[in-house]
Amino acid sequence: MTNSIKHNYKDKVKDFHPNPHIFKNCIKAFVVGGLICAFGQVLTNFYLANFNFTEETVGNPTVATLILISAILTGLGYYDIIGQFAGAGSAVPVTGFANSMASAALEYKSEGIVLGIATNMFKLAGSVIVFGVVSAYVVGIIRYIFNMFM
Amino acid sequence: MNNLLGKQTWSFNKGVYILSRATASGPKEGSGPIGSLFDKVYDELHCGQNSWELAERALLSDSINLCLEKVNKNYNDIDLLLAGDLINQIVSANYAARQINIPFLGIFGACSTSMEGLAIASALVESSYANYAIAATCSHNSTAERQFRYPTEYGGQKPETATTTVTGGGAVLVSKEQTKIKVTHATIGKVQDLGITDPFDMGSAMAPAAADTIRQHFIDTNRKPEDYDLIVTGDLSAVGKPICEKLLLEDGFDVSNVYNDCGLIIYKQGDSEVFAGGSGCACSALVTYSHLLNELESGNYKRILVVATGALLNPTMIQQKESIPCIAHAVAFEYESERKRMK
Repeated sequence: MTNSIKHNYKDKVKDFHPNPHIFKNCIKAFVVGGLICAFGQVLTNFYLANFNFTEETVGNPTVATLILISAILTGLGYYDIIGQFAGAGSAVPVTGFANSMASAALEYKSEGIVLGIATNMFKLAGSVIVFGVVSAYVVGIIRYIFNMFM
Repeated sequence: MNNLLGKQTWSFNKGVYILSRATASGPKEGSGPIGSLFDKVYDELHCGQNSWELAERALLSDSINLCLEKVNKNYNDIDLLLAGDLINQIVSANYAARQINIPFLGIFGACSTSMEGLAIASALVESSYANYAIAATCSHNSTAERQFRYPTEYGGQKPETATTTVTGGGAVLVSKEQTKIKVTHATIGKVQDLGITDPFDMGSAMAPAAADTIRQHFIDTNRKPEDYDLIVTGDLSAVGKPICEKLLLEDGFDVSNVYNDCGLIIYKQGDSEVFAGGSGCACSALVTYSHLLNELESGNYKRILVVATGALLNPTMIQQKESIPCIAHAVAFEYESERKRMK
């Protein structure tokens, strides 16, 4: 019975799935991600205008503020709602990284500070750090070799 | 008379009845369409406890204690407790049993645990290994999220095929004392796996298991869909329900007129917060032990079949690129009228 949905089940069940709203989700991710970045720019301008930061150093307080806000929103239980709405829009910026750490820390609070929070805090974010460090290393070597011959 | 019908169906010929039943739920389920039927509803997810695991355990203990209170029984009157849940080593059941002084068998069938427990309890009562047996199960949204998916506050986007683990606990007390709710048959399912690997699409993964058990039940008992007022699956949700229906239709059984899914009954229809519907051990337990058996007890249903569906999911195996094995167990209930009971 090749017409049966049991045959090639994985493909045939897709007919029963609700259509993922790819276009709508892209727009939502674009708008929310853009708003987060725009807000970051506002913070940058604020720190440049009011404090003794330069274009090169202003990134640190901006990122720190975004991380703080994201962690607070996670703790208050709002970031997952934003995440469900915005998808990649709220996952890709630094706020998403902060959320992954803060949510893991919150989740494992019941297992204690050392074995719970400290051990599990990087459970989701750890892979980002590993690949971040590895790719930075690889790119650094390529640049070094490139400079030797140029 | 033989208790085994066909290949997989147990027939309880001596008369096994539901003497008592109780449910406890979380806030979301309590405010749902059948929330008013639950015996106890907590207004917050922690259920007054310090951790999610303790909250889940409290729901299980509550349902067992309420189940006994309703018929003025205490732990000493009960010969056996069968319980299970979703967390590793079925800790909710084990730790609840630590407080409850009843001989205990822990069982795991993922979300099929409700009917697995009831089927075994009924068989043991039928064969007189126990006079009074309790079958109980529980699940909690947050313990399931942290074990099977991500931390509860993680902002990852879930697809619409995802289901929402029901927070609650349900218990039934089975005995030979005659009541209006008779347990007549149980069909034990086989593990089915058609290769679904997505833990956010358990409806598709479990539908073949449900269809297989329902089909086998019809064959073993020589019954048709029309012989039932209602056939419900445990937690196939809006995604798995039509697939199960289609699979059964391909085998020549049209269940469309009598078929529903507990995952679609427990939450308000169209609530986007619950995605495709409810799931978890407590989903079938809450719906069956409150709403469905109420309807049966009042005679609105004469005969129903509850098919609890379980995705035997393990995150480690999924990461090792294995697919999700699934199982379904069915239990048939019948309304026993006063006149029949006099006989």
